[in-house]
Amino acid sequence: MVARILVLLLGLLVTGVQAQPASYRRVPGAELRSVLPPDSASATTRVAAFELRERPVTNGEFLAFVQHHPEWQRGVAPAVFADGGYLGHWAAVNGLGKAGRDSPVTQVSWFAAQAFCESERARLPTWHEWELAAAADETRKDARDDPAWRERILSWYSRPATTTLHAVGKAAPNVYGIHDLHAMIWEWVDDHAGMMVSSDNREQGDPDLLKFCGAGALSVADRDNYAILMRIALLSSLQAKDTTNSLGFRCARTPVKAAR
Amino acid sequence: MKRNPAPHCIQRILTTVMLLFCATIQAAGDPLPPDSIYHLRAPLTDQNGVRQTLAATKGHVTFMTMFYSNCDNVCPLIIETLKMTEAAIGEAQRGQLRATLISLDPARDTPARLKELSAQRHIDQSRWTLLTTDAKTVRKIAALLGVQYRQLGNGEFNHASVLILLDREGRMLARTTTLGAVDASFVAAARKALAQAERS
Repeated sequence: MVARILVLLLGLLVTGVQAQPASYRRVPGAELRSVLPPDSASATTRVAAFELRERPVTNGEFLAFVQHHPEWQRGVAPAVFADGGYLGHWAAVNGLGKAGRDSPVTQVSWFAAQAFCESERARLPTWHEWELAAAADETRKDARDDPAWRERILSWYSRPATTTLHAVGKAAPNVYGIHDLHAMIWEWVDDHAGMMVSSDNREQGDPDLLKFCGAGALSVADRDNYAILMRIALLSSLQAKDTTNSLGFRCARTPVKAAR
Repeated sequence: MKRNPAPHCIQRILTTVMLLFCATIQAAGDPLPPDSIYHLRAPLTDQNGVRQTLAATKGHVTFMTMFYSNCDNVCPLIIETLKMTEAAIGEAQRGQLRATLISLDPARDTPARLKELSAQRHIDQSRWTLLTTDAKTVRKIAALLGVQYRQLGNGEFNHASVLILLDREGRMLARTTTLGAVDASFVAAARKALAQAERS
């Protein structure tokens, strides 16, 4: 009995010591059957274990960031790093106004998102990392073949983008303990510019060696997963300085000990 | 009425001093325009192992591109196209032109490798700089320049080949994806930028 209590206390102590301002969850490494396979030869891609922020970055967290890093304030960050819509939903340069403190921050560019993640010793997730985490539902690591699940996610897209975003973390987390990968915002990934999907169907699988030196445009593997296709279409069309009112982000980390 | 000693002389001196003062302030504190890529302060190393920033050629009209030395497909064409484009600019203006080539593959493109490549490809190193940096910075530079790329399993890169024309302050004026041939409108834009630079 005493031993159990001691173990419990020790566990709590360790958790306390390791506690970070932002909570990250571990996603174990896996062979991912990606909608965007890196090359047509292999059916799956190996994603190493990584950690992903439990929730998207909020307005409150981003406000604290720009207060500590004034070079990222609206009006200070140059246009080359963030377009005219950057943090436009905040009442002031340093004040949220009506923007919810616990709502996901939007109107942030890829550069701004990178800078935030660097400030918490993290980075943006790669597309495959995000895809792996987002394939899960509340009970399964891969729910993507379930039409009911796909339908649920797709129904989010029918809601207009002007709907006010509610606080993060309210909906049930997925099997990894991660919230809001769907039904909330689009999220930046580190390699959105590497998602070289050809808009021309004729180019898919047929390497246009002059345009994309090396392997040609990527082919989309799973055409039934419309929700993911829309996400890919959006992300691959963005420029790094773009901001939109439904595009936010969360950060990822490479674990120090790469245990599988 | 008292007479001022040599009033015109003093006036002239004061005016000259004021003008010089203003000129100094102007030159020293010129802020970068908001759309200049030189806002990215990141450490890079050139083919001579010297630390550089992206703004190494600030003050000169610059061609910028991204490539890597182990590329079998298209990358040799990038260098050839740059040379052809410079040749099309003409002797008179070419001296003012600079070129910066940034490697997508910092793991293999060490400064020594870049130096070797410069020699192999007979690159004019008085005006061309080859740069290598870390993977994170490569991603940021590619984002700034609008160069799409991704690394493949075999270490090769799938990447778009783009030549970008920068003005003296790092603003992107033109871009071309034409390889193996000279893009006439790109050359025209470069000539125009060089002429403007000469006039001011």
